[in-house]
Order: sequence, then structure tokens, then C-alpha cells
Amino acid sequence: MSTTTEKPNDTAATDTASHDTTAPHAKDDHDKQPKPLSAAGRSLALGVLFGIVFGFLLQKGGVAKFHVLIGQLLLEDFTVVKVMLSAVVVGMLGIHTLHRANMVEYHIKPTRLASNVIGGLLFGCGFALSAYCPGTGAAALGQGNFDAIAMMVGMVAGSYIFAEASSWISRNLDPIGDKGKLTLFDLFPQSRTAVTVGSASLLVIVLIVLELTTIR
Amino acid sequence: MILQTRFLSTTVLAEVNPLEYSGPAWSPYLVGALIGVLSMLTFYFSNKPLGASTAYARAAGMLGNLAAPRHTQRLKYFQDNPPKVGWEVMLVLGVVLGAFLAAWSGNEWTKRLLPPMWQDRFGTDSGLLRVIVAFGGGILMAFGARMAGGCTSGHGISGTLQLAVGSWIAAICFFIGGIITAMLMYAV
Repeated sequence: MSTTTEKPNDTAATDTASHDTTAPHAKDDHDKQPKPLSAAGRSLALGVLFGIVFGFLLQKGGVAKFHVLIGQLLLEDFTVVKVMLSAVVVGMLGIHTLHRANMVEYHIKPTRLASNVIGGLLFGCGFALSAYCPGTGAAALGQGNFDAIAMMVGMVAGSYIFAEASSWISRNLDPIGDKGKLTLFDLFPQSRTAVTVGSASLLVIVLIVLELTTIR
Repeated sequence: MILQTRFLSTTVLAEVNPLEYSGPAWSPYLVGALIGVLSMLTFYFSNKPLGASTAYARAAGMLGNLAAPRHTQRLKYFQDNPPKVGWEVMLVLGVVLGAFLAAWSGNEWTKRLLPPMWQDRFGTDSGLLRVIVAFGGGILMAFGARMAGGCTSGHGISGTLQLAVGSWIAAICFFIGGIITAMLMYAV
């Protein structure tokens, strides 16, 4: 990380030295430079920081454990669904609030029925075979499950195989049932807040039922 | 149970119960709520949703650029998504480190190739089988995630919390595919 923070500062210092007299705004840039990291360096540093928190939480939540994931898919251990739905409820209400305050942008992925369904089923099959998903597999490796390395190497190989097929898939499968960036807000006439609170409440009811009916 | 597996390994696989093994260290509701807060922070500070699968595609593209640059640069996916070390790759590296800190602080560092439940089901000598199955699972997951547009975090958490219809469909399909495959592997 230290190399990414030093580099932009070095170039900025030489830039301002050579242009100091000709460009009047260069001095302002120079005054701003020493404090913040460059945009790219800041983005990378935040990525690592958020990743560390995410990995820490995934491990503490038990979802990096082989038998917890398989237990979920065998419908014996509901830890994975409890973690996911709790995250979705909090994130749904939180990001809706931040969006209303104009503090964040949405990042909606397009709805493409054929690709969502076929890709989703293929993913699920791989999910059960490896017993890890792309995020929890990285957490499993951090936890000392060395079989996760095989899954991660497979992920890299599978990504390349997808890239080989990406042109064909985007021409032949993505257009089937392509609805664009469709959300529940487009399907319900109620206000965004009502749809958000309603969806979150429904998920809370599911969580309560799970808590009352499951062993773990 | 291990004895049973070795004795019957050629005919019947041992029965396993996932609830016999250790559960989560923290309440799943607390962990989930904190991941929800974390997703708010990534939206606000990085203008990005949490998602893990893209990092592997970036790595694949970078390796492709080393091994066969001209071919890799012709592929549509890499033209649309130029491979580079960015936020997503750093996120996944951070996940490995964060999980290590969590396991180390909670005395849950496993340091083993075979997960106990796998070993009880398929035997102590099933290391090669486990590596092949995990590798194949990784291939299918990456292909499926790229085709569906995200993984358990990108669609399953970040997409569903924005109420995206495609994300809900994909997340439900992840579980349908996973439940069928897991039942065939462990419950038959």
C-alpha cells in the first residue's frame, strides 16, 4: 500500500515544480496533494479495509464452514439464510434511507430471465460441489480450509471459460426475457418507502419463523 | 464413523449430520446486521456494492493477458470489463485476511485440507476427490455467476437489498441448484 501512496505524491511534486510559474492553479493542487491519497490508491485501500471487515464477519458468522453451507443446502442448518436475510433487511432500509438523502447511487443489475435462471442453477450446482461461494471460499481459506484453494483456482478457470463463451451468451441467451434494470419499485404502484418497508417486514417475518422453527 | 466409512467405502457412504459439527461463533442475526451496515459503507464510501465473484474474473483476465494477450483481448467479456487490480480484487484479498484474524482470535484456525464432515462422508483418503470436486465446483460457480450477473454476495445480498427482480430470481436459483446437488451428494 505504501508504494501506491508514494507514487502519486512524487509525480505531483515534480509536476508542480515544473509548472509552478506558468499555471496559476497548480499551486492549489500542490496544497491539496499531501493529505489525501490518490483516487485509485484510496479505492484500493478502502477495498482491503472493507474486505477485512467482510471476511471477519463471514468467519464469525460460521458461513466459511463447510458443514454450515452444506447444512443449509440440506435444509438442516439455516445459519446461511439467517445471515443473508439479516444483511438484506438492514441494507435494504439503510440504503433506501441514504438514497433518499441523495448520499448514494443504486447499482441495479439487469434482469435477464434466461441468463439469471440458467446461470443461477449452474452456480448453485457448483456451490454445493465446493461447499463455498466466491466470498465465503476466500474466508474459508483465511480460516485454514486449504481445499478452498482448489475452488478459487477453479473460479479463475471458470471465469476464463465464461469469457470464451461471453460473445455467444450475450447474443443468444441474454436477450431472452431481458427486462432491463427492473426492480420491485417498477412492479408496485406504491411509494418507494412503502415498498421498501413492506419487503423488509416480510423478510423479518421469515426470520422470525426461521428462529422459531429451526434448530440452528 | 470413520471406521464405518473405510469398511463400507466401496458400497455405501456414511451418513452425516451437519448439526453434529460446530456452529457459528457469533449470532447469525448480529453478523448479518453488521454485513448490512458494511454494505451501506461500501455504497457510501466506494460507490460500489459488495460482491466477490468479479475479482476472480479480473484475475483470469490478468493471467490471460500474460499467457495469450491477443486472444484474451479479443474476448467480449474482457473487452467490456478490462482486467486490472481494482477494488474488487482488494476486497477478496481483504476477506482472506479478515477471516484469518477472526479464526485466529476465536481459536478456529483449521489448517487442514479435508473438512471434517466431508472426511466422515467420503473417507480420510479422499483428498484427491475433494480437490477435483472443489475445483469443478469453482468452475461451475464462476461460469454461473458471470452468466447470472453476480454471486451470493453480488446478487444474493447487494442485489436483493436494492429489490432488483433479477437478483431475487438468481438468488433463488442458486439455492434450488444447490439444494438438489447437495441432496444427491449427502442425503442419498
